Amino acid sequence: MTPLLLSAYTASTCLGRGLDATRAALLAGRSGLAPCAFETVQLDTWIGEVAGVDEQILPAALQHYDCRNNRLALLGLQTDGFDQAVRAAINRHGRQRVGIFVGTSTSGILQTELAYRRRDPITGALPDDFNYRCTHNSFSLAEFTRDYFALEGMAMAVSTACSSSAKVFAAAARQLALGTIDAAIVGGVDTLCLTTLYGFASLELTSNRPCRPYDAARNGISIGEGAAFALLERADAATAGAVLLLGTGESSDAYHMSAPHPEGLGARMAMDAALRSAGLAADDIGYINLHGTATPANDAAEGKAVAALFGDRVPCSSTKGATGHTLGAAGAVEAVICAQALTDGFLPGSPGTELLDPAITIDYRLRTSPGTPRRALSNSFGFGGSNCSLIFGVAP
Amino acid sequence: MSVSTNTPLTAWIEGIGFIAPGLPDWPSARTVLRGEQPLLPAPSVLPIPALLPPAERRRASRLIKVALAVGLEAAAHAGADVATLATVFAASGADGHNCHALCEQLASDDRQISPTRFHNSVHNAAAGYWGIATRAMAPCQVICAYDAGFGAGLIDALGQVVVDGQPTLLIAYDSEYPQPLHAKRPLPDVAGVALLLAPARSERSLACISVTATSSTADTLTDPALEALRNGIPALRALPLLARLARGETGSVCLDYLPPMQLGITVQPC
Repeated sequence: MTPLLLSAYTASTCLGRGLDATRAALLAGRSGLAPCAFETVQLDTWIGEVAGVDEQILPAALQHYDCRNNRLALLGLQTDGFDQAVRAAINRHGRQRVGIFVGTSTSGILQTELAYRRRDPITGALPDDFNYRCTHNSFSLAEFTRDYFALEGMAMAVSTACSSSAKVFAAAARQLALGTIDAAIVGGVDTLCLTTLYGFASLELTSNRPCRPYDAARNGISIGEGAAFALLERADAATAGAVLLLGTGESSDAYHMSAPHPEGLGARMAMDAALRSAGLAADDIGYINLHGTATPANDAAEGKAVAALFGDRVPCSSTKGATGHTLGAAGAVEAVICAQALTDGFLPGSPGTELLDPAITIDYRLRTSPGTPRRALSNSFGFGGSNCSLIFGVAP
Repeated sequence: MSVSTNTPLTAWIEGIGFIAPGLPDWPSARTVLRGEQPLLPAPSVLPIPALLPPAERRRASRLIKVALAVGLEAAAHAGADVATLATVFAASGADGHNCHALCEQLASDDRQISPTRFHNSVHNAAAGYWGIATRAMAPCQVICAYDAGFGAGLIDALGQVVVDGQPTLLIAYDSEYPQPLHAKRPLPDVAGVALLLAPARSERSLACISVTATSSTADTLTDPALEALRNGIPALRALPLLARLARGETGSVCLDYLPPMQLGITVQPC
């Protein structure tokens, strides 16, 4: 593919709001995970909650979108000057020429979960103030973003579970290549809710401690939440040092709804496709941000796929011990972490991981260290066997 | 502001799949859309997803069944090998009945939900089951755009056809919610539309379509029963296009997408 410029980007997770807080936490090897005290949830697990989400007040004209997910979306859009960068792009290109491609797994479903506690005792009806379209529906995030910027062009939500906000980069890149748009808001927002907390617990996939990606004793995920966005434009005017999207690769496991292909076949196909798309070889990659959820199955399968393609020659880590697994936001959050590794010259470590799984033969980095990766690959895999790998680089 | 270039996206349709209330497959829909038979009111009929292993077949929701059925019909119509096809799934929601059961349980004193209910709750459940059924390891996209799902799916599918140069199967489908969510999102029944889109003309091609953004008003259908379907179920916003394909007419149609942006489509039968 023709490289695309990330002309602005931002991420907010339990590590803090924005690029500075994220970078400081990554450099310090700090985790944002804490014992679960979300809403009325009673589970023995750790979570990555973003501070101040419910203090966000949506603009008066957009109140019908009010829910935790869109509050976090607003927080994300108003961080690191991202909304100003988008408005400048709209001025350059026009309201119909800036597309929206955002990923989420559960959107504002928390709003429905809460509404079900307030059903009419006689009729069973949901309360009048509950707005399905603007909160629960997966498109709510995209429609909120479209209305927030008064855009008039194409918009879609991608919802492929935990690969959602990686796949948005590929979808946006296609439309930019076709010339149907001149800029794209890509990103992902997912927020804590009962469905995912109790759901992952029902599958026995949540850990009772902070998650330990690639650890020999790893025993499950820590669920997080996050908002991350990037503005993609053509790279004609990219200045030296700017971050570029170089390649995208997508595949399907075609194996199981909630377990990865045991040999990581789909994961390997996605990474291969991303390398092909970028016109690069395995040795051109200087850092891999792994999907690394810390479930026994994911890390074993992904580790096999990475070892098969990259051997132990490329520094790798999962940053989910720092951020938690932000599910549908993970692809975009980790894209921003890759961008920071490239621009700020470091290789992120893996808070929480202590003793590496000896069966996985890759160059897994426990501690953050200085480094000068020129190209970084990020993996995101989701339920239903949905895989996406992205490659980012620095403009020469 | 830069000069707006409105690039047309072009592909060849090689196969069509269809299920809607009273219209159990594409041949029957084609007859009604040509005006040769009236649309008789009847609930949607869903075939048993025979390709799925027994466990998945038992767990398959109405939403999964409709997606698999129309996708397989379109692929069979085109004589395509489903195991090789890239796919784009577009639905306005995940399985409504499963969602209702989860929300009801999460509002009760016993929140220990079933793991199968949880993994079936994801928006991409039908896509996951499709992969298990067809063994297709090609890229698989899953989109939500509320009422604009067909248009959003078509845009992304055409992107894959034109940029990646690969045949892509678009499957747009929707299913109803039970009460009390039905009152908030009143979809009447389950329905689905599938189009197998190819980057070049072949002996299988049915028609060439070219899609551009427009601000025109969407076409409606003169038959009130068909127009009610177009309006009532998001995937069936495709009906004006399908009507033209059924009649084998050259010309253009406008489909509802995301106001003020609509999709203008020129259709050239092969």
